Amino acid sequence: MDLYSADVLVVGGGGAGLRAAIAVAETHPSLNVAVISKVYPMRSHTVSAEGGAAAVIKAGDSLDEHAYDTISGGDWLSDQDAVEAFVREAPEEMLRLEHWGCPWNREPDGHIAVRPFGGMKIERTWFAADKTGFHLLHSLFQTTLKYDAIQRYDEFFVTKLLVDDGRCQGVVAIELGTGQIRAITAKAVILCTGGCGKVFPFTTNANIKNGDGMALAYRAGAPLKDMEFVQYHPTGLPFTGILITEAARAEGGWLLNKDGYRYLQDYDLGQPTPKPVLRSMELGPRDRLSQCFVKEQEKGRTFEGPYGHYVHLDIRHLGEKLIDRKIPFVRELCLKYVGIDPVKELIPVRPVVHYMMGGIHTDIHGATPLPGLYAAGEAACVSINGANRLGSNSLTEILVFGARAGKAAAAFATANAGARPSLVAQAEDERRRLEERFLRKRGGTERIAPIRTEMHQIMEESAGIYRSETALKEATGRLKRLQERFEDLSLDDDSYTFNTELTAALELSYMLDVAQTIVHSALERRESRGSHQRSDYPQRDDDRFLAHSLACRAEDGSPRIDYRPVTITRWPPGKRVYGR
Amino acid sequence: MPATVALTVARYRPERESEPTFETYEIPFRKDWVVLDALNHVKDRLDGSLSYRWSCRMGVCGSCGMKVNGVPKLTCATFLSDYLPGPIRVEPLDYFPVVRDLVVDITDFVRKLKQVKPWIIREDGTSPPAGEYLQTPDQLDAYKQYSMCINCMLCYSACPIYGLEPSFIGPAAIAMAQRYNMDSRDQGAAERLKILSDHDGIWQCTFVGECTKVCPKHVDPAGAIQQYKLTGATHWMKSLLLPRSAR
Amino acid sequence: MSAGPHYTLYHPRWYRRRVSVWWWLQKRSYAAFVTREITSVFVAFFAVVTLWQLRALVQGPEAYERFLARLQTPLFLTLNVVALVFVLFHAITWFNLTPKAMVVRVSGKRLPDGLIIGLNYAAWLVLSAAVAFVLLRAA
Repeated sequence: MDLYSADVLVVGGGGAGLRAAIAVAETHPSLNVAVISKVYPMRSHTVSAEGGAAAVIKAGDSLDEHAYDTISGGDWLSDQDAVEAFVREAPEEMLRLEHWGCPWNREPDGHIAVRPFGGMKIERTWFAADKTGFHLLHSLFQTTLKYDAIQRYDEFFVTKLLVDDGRCQGVVAIELGTGQIRAITAKAVILCTGGCGKVFPFTTNANIKNGDGMALAYRAGAPLKDMEFVQYHPTGLPFTGILITEAARAEGGWLLNKDGYRYLQDYDLGQPTPKPVLRSMELGPRDRLSQCFVKEQEKGRTFEGPYGHYVHLDIRHLGEKLIDRKIPFVRELCLKYVGIDPVKELIPVRPVVHYMMGGIHTDIHGATPLPGLYAAGEAACVSINGANRLGSNSLTEILVFGARAGKAAAAFATANAGARPSLVAQAEDERRRLEERFLRKRGGTERIAPIRTEMHQIMEESAGIYRSETALKEATGRLKRLQERFEDLSLDDDSYTFNTELTAALELSYMLDVAQTIVHSALERRESRGSHQRSDYPQRDDDRFLAHSLACRAEDGSPRIDYRPVTITRWPPGKRVYGR
Repeated sequence: MPATVALTVARYRPERESEPTFETYEIPFRKDWVVLDALNHVKDRLDGSLSYRWSCRMGVCGSCGMKVNGVPKLTCATFLSDYLPGPIRVEPLDYFPVVRDLVVDITDFVRKLKQVKPWIIREDGTSPPAGEYLQTPDQLDAYKQYSMCINCMLCYSACPIYGLEPSFIGPAAIAMAQRYNMDSRDQGAAERLKILSDHDGIWQCTFVGECTKVCPKHVDPAGAIQQYKLTGATHWMKSLLLPRSAR
Repeated sequence: MSAGPHYTLYHPRWYRRRVSVWWWLQKRSYAAFVTREITSVFVAFFAVVTLWQLRALVQGPEAYERFLARLQTPLFLTLNVVALVFVLFHAITWFNLTPKAMVVRVSGKRLPDGLIIGLNYAAWLVLSAAVAFVLLRAA
């Protein structure tokens, strides 16, 4: 087997992964860093982010304000030391992106422009039209081309972490173009594989968001933290789930129910005003807005369409000029995928799964409990987002923690020795497993699509916006049966060359593992906080649950849930107040 | 509206055949479906061995470029209803080697992208300001259009010059070079000039204009190349007539 | 040191499609492009005829009469008509493409394409009118 090696290996070529690679190349130029990704880096899901990235830059704003907005937005489940580090490093990271060429929108005098965003008291969201993630990712990717130390393995699908001697020392991956299975050893591995939205049927997420890194870490013994916190973005298009950015509301859009009524005012989110007021009404936090939709639906005040219930987003009053200048992509998406022009018509929207607050448990340097294994971005949970993420914090998070994880991993790699030959044996075992269980197996009765559809059904019914004990308990059993059925899977495609059925099967197995951690964590958290709402435990319970849930893989493969206290520094838990 | 429509898809399994073949699938017709939805239906229900790339399904990642009825398109943004009554022919992009079914190898482009130095180049010895570089909205508009490229490769697949002369740097790479040349923060125009004025650079382009026609993001690479020809030619004249000042 | 994957340019299993010699017939826009390129031959033809005319002028009135007679033969009339059609095609296609190559900015804003094309046609009209005026006055 061909053995490749690097000093630091970054898995995932999105914003966090590329930022981590640059951090290694800049701070430790003698190390070589490899970025391995199952798609070309410019296809990573960072590219779809639209609204913006938050950082304190304007006079009248302060780090404490940003921290408070983030902590209260997270319903006090955010680790406050991490949030303090995050808001402090955010402005310099964003300026660095600007120096690297990111085309941020500007004020007439040439300074960076900021826009208001949900849950934030003061405007601090930097934006590049409404394709911020696209510009951020391309600027980062093009900047990585500068560094010869960064070696890329494009379209390599990681199937297993190599763990030896209590340390993570590399990965096994399928080179998609040839089908060859390769071992890549490294002194430190950083997982930046993004979230797991495709566990759910309706999501803004791309096809590639299957929780790969989360499952890899989980199987290697690292715990997954706060997996029950799944963010539903209030405005996604029905059927496709395509994201209509929060910026549409930040610029002044209104959410209207069946009667044309701005229904958010009924749910303690403030009073409707013609211009948007920060932290009020449509600029409230995402979890509350999604929950309001469900309540409206229960009251029968939502529209019913061929793809489920929906409400309307009204941006007609913003005018064509503003729409084309500030949110042109929204107009483009509506024209193309719904056939309506938002300048003159109302946009049908509904909550769709968007972001995973939970992920691989790391400290504020991006280190997981498994030595040599680091994580950053949506795949990780530090946690700064707590029980609910504020819009525009994620793009900043990938930069801040991507850099942190890169530096920490580089320091670890400098201090530790390289791989031992015993790793090759592990890699050979993995190759045999892949060949026997997937490529050469014949006669299995199961197929990928039905198992995946049923997983979607289970997650939608039991791990949606409102959850209950009975539904969750049933879900754990049903998911376990799905995992058993998965063992009987066989593929149509026995080719080695670019076998996307094999990768789809592996992704499904990752998603089943991750789905189990979500459902078990949700079952054990018997309270409602942020985006995790239990209809049987509707109150927040700080006495018992001001803690992060940790899901570890037990002997039988199912998750064992433990708890870990939240780090509180300067902001004692309080009430989340919006609209007042 | 018909109940089904025929999808004729190019297949290529290198372990089994030496040349691509075509297979036709009957798929349900839905007016909301794009070609990508049809391909997913084939893969999920009819033939799991069909390989193709896709990710965001909203026209921003650039993965799903393929030829639909002979025209390079993003299959996530191409509606079945525009192709009734069918059959709809789906093939891999032209001028790139076919790896498998609808998957082509794009490493040539990635290499060329790196060649044009698509990053902010500053003069040696200067460090960036403490805050942001100032850039007015008008300065941003000067290059904004060229920054919209999603690297989908439809332009390369439409460019006959790239098909005839594979060493041509190509539309997207040159548009990306222009994006940086015209960025007020960049000072690398001279470095890129050498690469772009080379034999395989802008002078291979004969302004067929197909690249701009197929670009889903209205980047207008043809425009970028022609404008750069003016810059390149002016620079060449200057270096001829005023050799000292051009340097 | 890491041994990276190296992509061989001639991977044995990739399928490389040959570009047909008749590629330009496969699409209307390709055919239009090749036609446009061929018009340069006819532009050259007019240039040669003009040079020939100048030479005839220099050589004296008899040579010039012979030149004019030659131009009035059916062969040359046909050639001139055909060439005129192609040169018009050349002018129209290139005028319409001008704004792509020439971006004119007035106080930061880009002038609309239609304006630049219109200005080209206007200049053509004015110049043609001026030349026609001079010729007809002289006649």
